[in-house]
Amino acid sequence: MTVPAQKPARKLSMKQRYTALTHDLDWTPTYVTEEQIFPYTGFEGIKVHDWSKWEDPFRLTVEAYNKYQAEKDRRLYAVLDGFAQSQGQLGLTEARYMNAMKIFIQGIPIHEYDAHRMFSNCARYLNGPGARFAALCQSMDELRHAQTEIHTLSHYNKYFDGMHDWHKWSDRVWYLSVPKSFFEDAMTAGPFEWLIAIGFSFEYLLTNLLFVPFMSGAAFNGDLPTMTFGFSAQSDESRHMTLGLEAIKFMLEQDEANLPIVQGWLDKWFWRGYRLIALVAGMMDYMLPKRVMSWKEAFELYFEEQMMNGLFKDLEYYGIKPPRDVQWAIDEKEILSHQVYWVLYQYSHAAAFQTTIPNEEDQKWLMEAYPDTWPVFKAAVWDKAQRVMDSGGRYFNPGLPQLCTVCQIPMGFTEPGNPLQQCQRQSVYEGERYDFCSDGCQSIFDNEPVKYRQSWLPVHQIFQGNCGGPTLPDVAAWYGLQPGDGAEYLGSPDNLNWLAWHGQAVKEA
Amino acid sequence: MTVAAGSRPVGIDLQENEENRALVEAIEADNDDLTIRHMPGLIRLTKNGSLVINQASVEARLGRPWETHELQMAIVTYFGEFVEWDDDQIVIAWNH
Repeated sequence: MTVPAQKPARKLSMKQRYTALTHDLDWTPTYVTEEQIFPYTGFEGIKVHDWSKWEDPFRLTVEAYNKYQAEKDRRLYAVLDGFAQSQGQLGLTEARYMNAMKIFIQGIPIHEYDAHRMFSNCARYLNGPGARFAALCQSMDELRHAQTEIHTLSHYNKYFDGMHDWHKWSDRVWYLSVPKSFFEDAMTAGPFEWLIAIGFSFEYLLTNLLFVPFMSGAAFNGDLPTMTFGFSAQSDESRHMTLGLEAIKFMLEQDEANLPIVQGWLDKWFWRGYRLIALVAGMMDYMLPKRVMSWKEAFELYFEEQMMNGLFKDLEYYGIKPPRDVQWAIDEKEILSHQVYWVLYQYSHAAAFQTTIPNEEDQKWLMEAYPDTWPVFKAAVWDKAQRVMDSGGRYFNPGLPQLCTVCQIPMGFTEPGNPLQQCQRQSVYEGERYDFCSDGCQSIFDNEPVKYRQSWLPVHQIFQGNCGGPTLPDVAAWYGLQPGDGAEYLGSPDNLNWLAWHGQAVKEA
Repeated sequence: MTVAAGSRPVGIDLQENEENRALVEAIEADNDDLTIRHMPGLIRLTKNGSLVINQASVEARLGRPWETHELQMAIVTYFGEFVEWDDDQIVIAWNH
């Protein structure tokens, strides 16, 4: 009898490998109930009938994940090394560019770490193996992002002010309560709301507006390390977008009763996320010496074209409507950056970044990008600020601004259709009055007043005596600010150092 | 009013560098009516309907084996959905 030569085992396809190494490793518990193992997926009212329907289009396995992530880090650290060795900071467009990066390190890495913590939680506590594995990958990604952002920007900390105590500032300084409250709001929700808040609304809908134009801006301003970590992080981001999209579709496909809950979260988290990235609008249009595109153009490209004309037409199938306040955001695209930067300008004496009046070249660009609205703001605020400068002063607002109870941004936004009429909304809850910058923030409060009445509002905290004392120097000391961290850019140590470095470079040449 | 998935744009932004040149060329060859936009450091490819990346096309231009997972090294962002991601092909499209 002849034995036929054994055929070599066929290599598994990508799909088979993925299934074998994720879904097939799951088992049904017998000693304990599912509710005992996964106690947190019941209380939000989301009904799930079959967790095996969770699909991960990336079909990653641990082995493939490690292989590509290691390669991404190798490439990034090679760039960081070369930049440091070649004194790359001297090749930036201008030292004032660095103010955008100061806001970045103060406001972002610590919340990448928050995202790492919450996705670790999802990797343990979501019932389905596909969802858990995707969350595990994202958890590791977010930790990598926090680390690579800190490593990358630590080089600049040797040469520029405004970066030395970002960790402490994040917990204390007024404008940093905006991202902090956003992420802590999401972290204190349930796992499904977290997935809609961060996975879908932030990662899929809005994150392109944070990273893509910004990293392209870094590339345009000689900031090779930031461009590299940005694109490196963003390559993970496409997986996160996929997880967010899968999360919303999964909830909608599992049970029709999930639709109104998901729609409510989408309305809320679109607006929360949109208000958060208002800071990015100000940075893009005013803080980059060389701009790639305006906030308005980025919003049209990455939000209106992609999301309104693409995504929401797809989600219509499930009965999802575009976020409730989306039209307000669209109407604001011409004025948002002007308003945000004006807030930053007048309060930068109490901040860890510097601002300055747009110079002649900046103003030319602003006029081209915003022909209808720039002249209005120029006449209303910048011409006055310039007159103060010309007479040897510098306009800072000596008072403390009222903050919106929900987004925590100073009340500098305006009524729709009237760019100079401040918008103010109020709700009374149990005899206390709360103030808001917009209909969006007000309705978020009205839906969950018990949560938002607890907001840690930096201005209220100062008045309550919790921030070092009643005067600006008291508060600045409690914040941990040092001279040179904030206020006017022109004449600051960063500005003078920059001129000295380049003066010397010219002499030697 | 629902606009059919086949007529709505989808797209992908890739890092624009030497490593990704073969990938970009493969996408250009395999997708008619592609719109290309260059921004500092990145290239944005958009198209109505669906956008396809074929492993064989990339390998032919790259001159070495290329697994579709490697797209993760190049991608910056996308819009649409990965309706297919297999050993030989990646397809981005809207579902509905």
